[in-house]
Amino acid sequence: MSLTTAATLRVVLYEGTDSPPLASTDRFSALTALLEKGFAVTRAVAGGRVAPHERGSLLVLGQFAGRTPEAEGVTAGTTVHFQDITGLDAARIADAAEAVQAETGAARHGEWKPWFPVIDYDRCTNCMQCLSFCLFGVYGVDEQNKIQAQNHDNCKTNCPACSRVCPEAAIMFPKYKAGPINGDVVQDSDMGKEKMKIDISSLLGGDVYSQLRQRSDAAKARFSKERDDKKALAERQKCLTKLAQGGDIPMEVLMNLPAPEEILRRAEEAKAKAQAALAAQTK
Amino acid sequence: MPDAPRILYCHCQYAQVVPPEVKEAVLKQLSDSGVSFDAVADLCEMSARQDPSLKRLADGGPVKIAACFPRAVKWLFHTAKADLPLDTAEVLNMRVQSAEEITAALFNGAVQPNLPKGKVTATDAPKVVA
Repeated sequence: MSLTTAATLRVVLYEGTDSPPLASTDRFSALTALLEKGFAVTRAVAGGRVAPHERGSLLVLGQFAGRTPEAEGVTAGTTVHFQDITGLDAARIADAAEAVQAETGAARHGEWKPWFPVIDYDRCTNCMQCLSFCLFGVYGVDEQNKIQAQNHDNCKTNCPACSRVCPEAAIMFPKYKAGPINGDVVQDSDMGKEKMKIDISSLLGGDVYSQLRQRSDAAKARFSKERDDKKALAERQKCLTKLAQGGDIPMEVLMNLPAPEEILRRAEEAKAKAQAALAAQTK
Repeated sequence: MPDAPRILYCHCQYAQVVPPEVKEAVLKQLSDSGVSFDAVADLCEMSARQDPSLKRLADGGPVKIAACFPRAVKWLFHTAKADLPLDTAEVLNMRVQSAEEITAALFNGAVQPNLPKGKVTATDAPKVVA
């Protein structure tokens, strides 16, 4: 099931008519426990305003003392579950929510770290550098040939490399440590910095793919002459370390890159997609 | 009398980029406040899932959001096909603001819109209101 089609469960902590408020510490503990399990939680009090719920599953928690309240204003397509939490501690409340989550088939949380590029379309010029650069098929174009991140879960956790090839600093990773990649305002000085307008391939002294091709050819020649696997691995590690340091790319991402031939194949594929999108823009 | 803005709190569950003491203090004050609010474990995850509740939050009128950088929040909602209203959304940044600043802004009623409009640089970015 894809990220965007998975069912979701919303939890409502209800304190109002027929459900007296929790003690302050109990409420805070319950909210924290539910959030740490990945749930979206609405704290609802009489007369308060929260986002409506229109489809999917809703779990309403309250101190109902044996009475089952009637759901009001529930639209078709919504399934409502009630859970009396009188006397339950935070851990048991979270367990109860997980049980409903399993029962309803709602998406489980925390199995994927939400790390993916977020495009600032105020800055993006649709130049397709990111599409051309990414080897993992994260980017694509919509029906208007506008760049978009399409396959979020293909993105390599903690790798901000594509944001560094963007000439407009338009690609954010909100969980990144520093600005402007984390979404902080783009400073004029950022645009001048080598790190922001870098073509990552320059870290390897030229076009990254031609470098890889050369290294691959050199490695093949070396293997045939020396059969020195250790030397070849050391060479690759040296190259990758340089890339990791320059682009703040996690070594594990680089070490798990496919073989050079596969990288070249993917690079050609990405480049072709980018060129096709650019060509369509000019029609 | 216009409706009070709704409140959305993001727990940024899947990263350690928001100081935990700020998150905890903001959530505690919300919890103790007696107001209704929506809390999500991780706005990034909901954005990637295009969770429909983000659309309802965005469409529901004035909203105050305790999360991270306004530019990031604006485009996370866009990614979820749920553009926030530029004139009635205020984002409080738990990565850089104190819990006191954030809760004061959450509970003061008036929305101070601060989503970036257009290509913003440091010189024309909205100032953080304490």
